[in-house]
Amino acid sequence: MELLRSKLQEFGAARTLIIMFLLLLLAIALAVGISPVGLLGDSLVRLGMNGVLVLAMVPAIISGIGPNFGLPLGIVCGLLGVLVAIELQLMKFWAVFGAMAIALPLALLVGWGYGILLNRVKGSEMMVATYVGFSAVFLMSIGWLTLPFKSPESSWFIGGGLRVTVSIMDRMGKVLNDFLSFNIGELVVPTGLLLFFLILCGLMWVFLQSKAGMAMKASGINPRFAEASGINVNRNRIAGAILSTVLGAIGIIVYAQSFTYLQLYRAPMWMGFHAVAAILIGGATVKTAKVSHVILGTFLFQGLLVVALPVANNIMTQGNLAEITRIIVSNGIILYALTQTRKGGAKL
Amino acid sequence: MNNYLLEMRGIGKVYGSTRVLNNINLSVSPGEIHALLGENGAGKSTLMNILFGMDVIHSTGGFEGEVFFDGVKREISKPADAMELGIGMVHQEFMLLPGFTVTENIKLNREITKKNWLNKLFPGRLKSIDRGQMKRDAIKSLEAVGLGIDEWLPVQGLPVGYMQFIEIARELDKTGIKLLVFDEPTAVLTEEEAAGLLKSMQEIANNGIAILFITHRLDEVMTVAHKITILRDGQLVDCLDKENTSVAELARLMVGREVKRVVQSRELTDETPTILSIKNLKVKMPGELVRGIDLEIKEGEILGIGGLGGQGKIGVANGIMGLYPASGEVLLRGEKLPLNNPYNALNSGLAMVSEDRRGVGLLLSSSIAENIILTAMHINKQFVWKIGPLTLRSDRRIREHTQKYISQLDIRCTGMRQAVRSLSGGNQQKVCIARALTLNPSVLFVSEPTRGIDVGAKNIVLQTLIKLNREQGITIIMTSSELAELRSICDRIVIMHKGKKAGILSPDASDVDFGLMMAGEYDQIKNKGAS
Amino acid sequence: MIKMNQVIKPRQLGVKIKEFFVSRMVTIVFIAICLLCFRFAGLSFTFYMRDIINRLSRNLFLILALIIPVLAGMGLNFAIVLGAMAGQISVIIVTNMGIGGFPGFSLTLLIGLPFALVFGYLIGKLLNKTKGQEMITSLIAGFFANGVYMFALLILVGTVIPLTNPVLLLSRGYGIKNTVDLQGGLKYSLDALFQRPLPQTLFYGGLFFLLILSILLLIKKMYIKKGNGILISNARLIGYGVLALVIAVAGFLLQRSDSTLNTVNVPIATFGFIALLCLFNMFIVRTKLGQDFRAIGMNQHVAATAGINVNKTRVIAMVISIVFSAWGQIIFLQNLGNLNTYGSHSQVGIFAIAALLIGGASVTKATVGQGILGAFLFHTLFMLSPMAGRNLLGDAQLGEYFRAFVAYGVIALSLGMYAWKKQIQSSSAEEIESDLD
Repeated sequence: MELLRSKLQEFGAARTLIIMFLLLLLAIALAVGISPVGLLGDSLVRLGMNGVLVLAMVPAIISGIGPNFGLPLGIVCGLLGVLVAIELQLMKFWAVFGAMAIALPLALLVGWGYGILLNRVKGSEMMVATYVGFSAVFLMSIGWLTLPFKSPESSWFIGGGLRVTVSIMDRMGKVLNDFLSFNIGELVVPTGLLLFFLILCGLMWVFLQSKAGMAMKASGINPRFAEASGINVNRNRIAGAILSTVLGAIGIIVYAQSFTYLQLYRAPMWMGFHAVAAILIGGATVKTAKVSHVILGTFLFQGLLVVALPVANNIMTQGNLAEITRIIVSNGIILYALTQTRKGGAKL
Repeated sequence: MNNYLLEMRGIGKVYGSTRVLNNINLSVSPGEIHALLGENGAGKSTLMNILFGMDVIHSTGGFEGEVFFDGVKREISKPADAMELGIGMVHQEFMLLPGFTVTENIKLNREITKKNWLNKLFPGRLKSIDRGQMKRDAIKSLEAVGLGIDEWLPVQGLPVGYMQFIEIARELDKTGIKLLVFDEPTAVLTEEEAAGLLKSMQEIANNGIAILFITHRLDEVMTVAHKITILRDGQLVDCLDKENTSVAELARLMVGREVKRVVQSRELTDETPTILSIKNLKVKMPGELVRGIDLEIKEGEILGIGGLGGQGKIGVANGIMGLYPASGEVLLRGEKLPLNNPYNALNSGLAMVSEDRRGVGLLLSSSIAENIILTAMHINKQFVWKIGPLTLRSDRRIREHTQKYISQLDIRCTGMRQAVRSLSGGNQQKVCIARALTLNPSVLFVSEPTRGIDVGAKNIVLQTLIKLNREQGITIIMTSSELAELRSICDRIVIMHKGKKAGILSPDASDVDFGLMMAGEYDQIKNKGAS
Repeated sequence: MIKMNQVIKPRQLGVKIKEFFVSRMVTIVFIAICLLCFRFAGLSFTFYMRDIINRLSRNLFLILALIIPVLAGMGLNFAIVLGAMAGQISVIIVTNMGIGGFPGFSLTLLIGLPFALVFGYLIGKLLNKTKGQEMITSLIAGFFANGVYMFALLILVGTVIPLTNPVLLLSRGYGIKNTVDLQGGLKYSLDALFQRPLPQTLFYGGLFFLLILSILLLIKKMYIKKGNGILISNARLIGYGVLALVIAVAGFLLQRSDSTLNTVNVPIATFGFIALLCLFNMFIVRTKLGQDFRAIGMNQHVAATAGINVNKTRVIAMVISIVFSAWGQIIFLQNLGNLNTYGSHSQVGIFAIAALLIGGASVTKATVGQGILGAFLFHTLFMLSPMAGRNLLGDAQLGEYFRAFVAYGVIALSLGMYAWKKQIQSSSAEEIESDLD
């Protein structure tokens, strides 16, 4: 009994609650006759689609800059990459990886500046990151209106500026999803998408086992220990910011090719929050994160949304129950994590 | 029948399984300046916490003994009770708000509200403040401490010396104050300011207010105190009248302790080569400033650094290891060691076991193995294997190495993957030592190695240090607040005072010498003796 | 008397002037941007005045609701969104009852109060659990509460909560409509109470101000005699007097002319309400409670040692702020005339905070004056930038994105500066300590 309680405590009250909620929704879904296979299929796609964005939280958290609420910085780099790829008329795999290649140097540069900024505001990273992310979204909105993109796919026919949503179905839609994709009965497995996500997870895991990764982890957990071990903490924090921004850029490209639309303007605003919520649900805290948290958290969070949507529609035809669920769950878990920080800090 | 103002009888206190106070008696008469003397950790602050009914006392099981105030037995269960009786405290760290004016600080949370009819309508905290009356009160109490300062100035930007006086003025402003406790009030003051403070204390006492004066500056005690109580290791050593004692006696009583030598002291000659040569080292470590010291450390010795808290002994090792900004010159085997660079220090063969075990020394949430190897992995690129551009950790080598140290240092754990957080203090300290040894250092700094660990573990740690020194020839520089511990294993002991080297003593020097040197009176007294 | 050898040096004039400009950098830049926008917006002054008076009357109350948490060291209160929600719930309830006009408005204030008290208490408790992270917590708490709010109004109303007024309900039978028209109900319920043309307001306002100044002049001597120090300096008195006189004269002249400004109405009742809040803020600073706010704002540890109940005081600060923001939102909505049920509150926090910061406030210091100046600048920018964008680049969207960028950017900048300053201060504190000898 004692053991059970301590295990449960370790697992976290919030997480238990979310899993119970998910199970409840699942039960309702099955009761009203929604196909479980369809739900699983959707969840798998959503896992691969959002996974990389959530993975971007890992280097940020372990290097000590905390959950990266400034993820929109990386996202706009990725969006720029895709837009340039469209402009260059790249197709299919070339478009996806071309976009990544273009976004990479941009994200490196942005991440570097971002890291330097965050080193200046130690202790208030989350707040500053949130607002830097927001203002970047709107700065780029001005950019989307004024940058000289000419391709008719992405810009309005009349007047300047890019469309609010750019369809990329024909150019690179579902390129990763369909790669090596196969069916088990009615279940469609997006092999390429999952493979790409898992490879990145694997690389991140290897990085965490490496000398550099361990040094980064040490600077995050206890900067003073790291300093005393001759590790340059500030440099590691910058590296963490760069890695996170780069993964954000790659993440949005993976997301967009699966979604088949490129969402510009206000769309990236809340993506950082959703990624933070996902990894926290997976078991990370604002100070520690593992690759397993990413996979579990993304699956749970996205699974919840996938199940909530048809259930909500079934219960009440109109109404944004799914959206409401997302708002409550994602912000609730972040809030919960914030109230836990001090307790953890006191123990240190 | 006596007419003591305060009487504490048979006071004892136990924290967990450690006894920190045992059967202490203390009595103070009105108008008396009573000095409370003792090293750090002698039990002075615990005694004061009991007097003020602090929460730390009551949440850990209360205390033994009785407290009488004004001849009546009192139950002081919270600070407000003490305040009500007329007991005030002048804190060591300033309890002042920088953005408030002098007046506002003096009247903090005792603001006077206006008496007019409108104000009577408002409940409690919504009453307006009568700044005029507050100002007049503030001026009065500033005059009482003898500080000529404008009461409307903000505290921010005032010289540090003023702040202490404002604190005192605040206590005096409280109505019915009968006993004032001064907690090392002169620690941050210049000589001149300190002299002013002492004079001010005497004036306050002349007005019939009793003063409890906590300090370890012996000369100040001899200047102002009427009576002196000395504590050591939670025991009452003695209570003396000033007339019947001397600085030398006080020094002996303060530090005197039975010393058991664990090993033979090693003979150092001029031929012993110098391994570390320190010239005019200054370290900006807050609270432990080093204000320029010179030191020659011989190859293969165990050098002790002692002194009271805040005198800079901790700063020396931290400065050399690059953890706090340092200036000056450090030569390692004749070669200049670049300062302010922890990587370089570690890379040159220096290693340190930090005094702040949980803050600096360990990654509490990580495993024993990770803690032991991480620094060496980063500095010496050990425990790794390479594929292409990647340098990965080698779990096999880590396992072997960790196992070796777990058995060698007898680290009690469930396995090398156990999180360090769940280890006992002693075993955590062993992990810290293992981490330092993994670096294969030629010079090892060990700061406060036995702080907060039980007696058994203490001995193991000290034995380990001796073994490392005698068998592997590692030069050890050990910093400790426990003089007895330094005297039991060190070959020479440096005493720090006010950020400088007060002198070097042999471990078998007399208690008086150690006491005087720690109190910074050694040269004065010895010179007097000579002249 | 003890003589200290250190002398407290008065700062030099040059340094003072430099400090004056550096600390007001943000404000100065925004004045420049606003002037530019005005130049390119191509707007008549009358139109501008009409709009800015409107905007000030509906937003100022919300902005001023932010001041007390700043005073208490809790930073910028992003949780005023919760207050706005309380206000909106109350507006819906009163609209459901069908009571309009000033009685309806008063009832709305009253009904909003218990909601705001509860929300304020909860958020205060929450912030006590997350000390040092107040701002991010209040921000996320606002988002979270938004979800709960949506759930309550969209799903529960009509199903669990009995509410039947078809004006409010969606056609499906439950859930509040996206837009609730307050026409004929609460619209202008405060504004219409008492409004006068701008020139007339200026004239009488100027005179009123002069009257207050002369009263001050009279009691000044008495005040000094009682030994309370200087009430107000002579230079200030004269300066304000001249200003008031100019305003009165200008108002008088405009009144006689056929300027179009005579068609601009000022909702004096609303501004009266705002003035009351300003007075309250000024009053609270002079009370014991205000002193406690300031004390815990500077150093919680020292305040606690002096016996101040820090946690309780923080909760009080939060409750006051949430109550005011609820009332502020009600004032906002009665002016706007319609309630965007799921959107009106969401931007309230951001815009109010951005305005306050543009006025020169910071995370640790905010005054009524900064709030008013900031509201003026921010809303000038808010109104003009889409027009300027359209005239300059043919796209009003551009201006909209620009103002959103400005709102978020100025918050990011201010938070960043605050964190950076803190970092520098903590390292220079060590510096000072080591310079002792």
